[in-house]
Amino acid sequence: MLPLLGLPPYASTMERAWRLFFFVFCGAVLLFLISPILIVIPISFNDTSFLSFPQGNWSLRWYEEFFQSERWNQAIKNSIIIAFFSTILSTTLGTIAALGLSRPYFPARALIMAVLISPMIVPVVITAAAVYFFYANPLGIGDEPLFVLNNTHLGVIMAHTLLATPFVVITVTATLTGFDQSMIRAGASLGATPTTVFRRVILPLISPGVISGALFAFVTSWDEVVLVLFIGGTDQRTLPRQMFSGIREMISPTITAAATVLVAVAVLMLLVVELLRRRSERLRGIRT
Amino acid sequence: MAAVDVPGILTIDGVPLKAKLARADRTRKLRALGLVLPLFAFILLTFLIPLAVMTFKSVKNDETFGRLDRTKEALADWDQQTIPGEAAFAALAQDLQDAQKMRQAGEIAKRVNYEFAGAQSKFKAIARKVEKMQAGPYKEVFVATDKVWSDIRLWRIIHSASQRFTSYYWLSALDLREGADGIERAPADQAVFVDVYGRTFWIGGIVTILTLILGFPVAYLLATQPVHRASILMIFVMLPFWTSLLVRTTAWFVLLRTEGPLNDLAELIVGMRFDMIFTRFGTILAMTHIQLPFTLLPIYSVMKTIPPSHIRAARSLGAGPFHAFWRVYYPQTVPGIAAGCLLTFILSLGYYITPALVGGPRDQMVSYYISYYMNNVINFGQASALGATLLIITMVLYWLYNRLVGIDNMKLG
Repeated sequence: MLPLLGLPPYASTMERAWRLFFFVFCGAVLLFLISPILIVIPISFNDTSFLSFPQGNWSLRWYEEFFQSERWNQAIKNSIIIAFFSTILSTTLGTIAALGLSRPYFPARALIMAVLISPMIVPVVITAAAVYFFYANPLGIGDEPLFVLNNTHLGVIMAHTLLATPFVVITVTATLTGFDQSMIRAGASLGATPTTVFRRVILPLISPGVISGALFAFVTSWDEVVLVLFIGGTDQRTLPRQMFSGIREMISPTITAAATVLVAVAVLMLLVVELLRRRSERLRGIRT
Repeated sequence: MAAVDVPGILTIDGVPLKAKLARADRTRKLRALGLVLPLFAFILLTFLIPLAVMTFKSVKNDETFGRLDRTKEALADWDQQTIPGEAAFAALAQDLQDAQKMRQAGEIAKRVNYEFAGAQSKFKAIARKVEKMQAGPYKEVFVATDKVWSDIRLWRIIHSASQRFTSYYWLSALDLREGADGIERAPADQAVFVDVYGRTFWIGGIVTILTLILGFPVAYLLATQPVHRASILMIFVMLPFWTSLLVRTTAWFVLLRTEGPLNDLAELIVGMRFDMIFTRFGTILAMTHIQLPFTLLPIYSVMKTIPPSHIRAARSLGAGPFHAFWRVYYPQTVPGIAAGCLLTFILSLGYYITPALVGGPRDQMVSYYISYYMNNVINFGQASALGATLLIITMVLYWLYNRLVGIDNMKLG
């Protein structure tokens, strides 16, 4: 007799066997999801220059290489600078736009929303090609452009902002769907200026959505490599860009050390998002 | 509110109430639009207009238009059947003399070479020769230098390259070309793109189906387990989702190698190693891993809204377990399946990094060729035409997604 596995007592043997298969299948899929990410971690502690599991020879040499070599350091620095500024820009633009979109009387909402989300849908290579042509002569006048944005930090930040804003728009509008618009009027009727209403009433309520949107924006820029390949020069090499050439040109276990550090960053992000989700649920719970 | 229609009522300053309400309504709409305006303007200027410019680039002769004006005029009433006369040769010679001075001859040569293999060197040779010539007859010199100059096909291409617009890049993106009698199939060695599109759709389709097969049961498990257990299992889905694409591709690169852990395992079990890195199998496996959360999460969020009592009701009314699932539960999950699969299919069509790193030469998708023409051979026209075709396909699917799912229902995490 097979165990019940959460089924009611009247379940047939066939049903129980099927249930068992279902659990094993799901377990295998979950393993498939997580194991590739976990497998690079032990490899990164290997002290030989092969991409294999350490056999007693544990070492931190690839972490030393990652944190101390000029190339990787520059890449870390670039990634942080570019991700930081694109997060600020996209969160600001996206949140303001989401506030407008959530007003009940917004005209042509579906169409405008579709346009604002489109940078997320269009394949990045196409965006990169289009942005490359645009950056070669941003003002579009004359054969000799006054300035170019290719191979500049500003250019990469602008392009990453473009890719990241849809995530902010989606998360903030999702938070605002449950938002009671009469709160704004209540604040105003009590004498608050629109800025005060925004700062003291709206922002605290939508902050979980804004922060998780900002995290999405950060991760988008932090992970992005195609745009950097197209429009960035050697001075704009970011971590993913460095990993890309790391795999393509010189395969060294440093890429596994870099991958492990990035997995740690992802775990951190996941924790923050989870905490925010709980906080948001609590806030909503209080309101209703 | 604008629907309030009370004739005759005036506000305190004598304006009809209806007009006043309409004005207030308009102000609020404008204010809401004003909030969206900064982002909209940003996207318009740095995204939509550049996309339009790129699409436009695919029908223009940027390298040659305006640089072959004399030739264009001389060939204006050419019959396209016989070798052009001295006038055309003289005009081309003068155009090339100018181009040589402006250092543009190389670009002209390269552009003609796209359509006429080998033309580049002939152009450069003749440009150097005519540079020193003061007077004709040019035709004799051209034909004496190389017999290619009496090839009517070359002259047809020069004629079409001197025009402002060209259909060459689009035809080439569809494996076609302009022949002597209208549009014809491109020769087999140049006809690659239809195959590339087919491959892109094929890989995208397989990945979508695989993510559905693997994702649906897990979504069901997550939606039906008690909250505390489900949230632990959710980590298995969300951690890959938050991990960098490069990290996941690196992981697959390490796993799939001939000396990698997967092959170690295979040797242990079946005693042999397989070719997995740089193959279609490896590409599809890695892409399925990366896309799985995108298919799974929308299905999961729809399943969360289906009350478990539906299944119990079906069972109590005498339905067997399969019947209850198939006739009661599954139909309610279809919107989630549509949302997840469509999203994964759309995103799969644009894959570049993963096939480039773990796929072989025969597994590269459209995006790879766009990048190849942009960065390796610097043929912007061809890159733009390929980009524009992929863009149109993506937009159609996006429109479908909007119709079926609705952009408001897109959820993240």
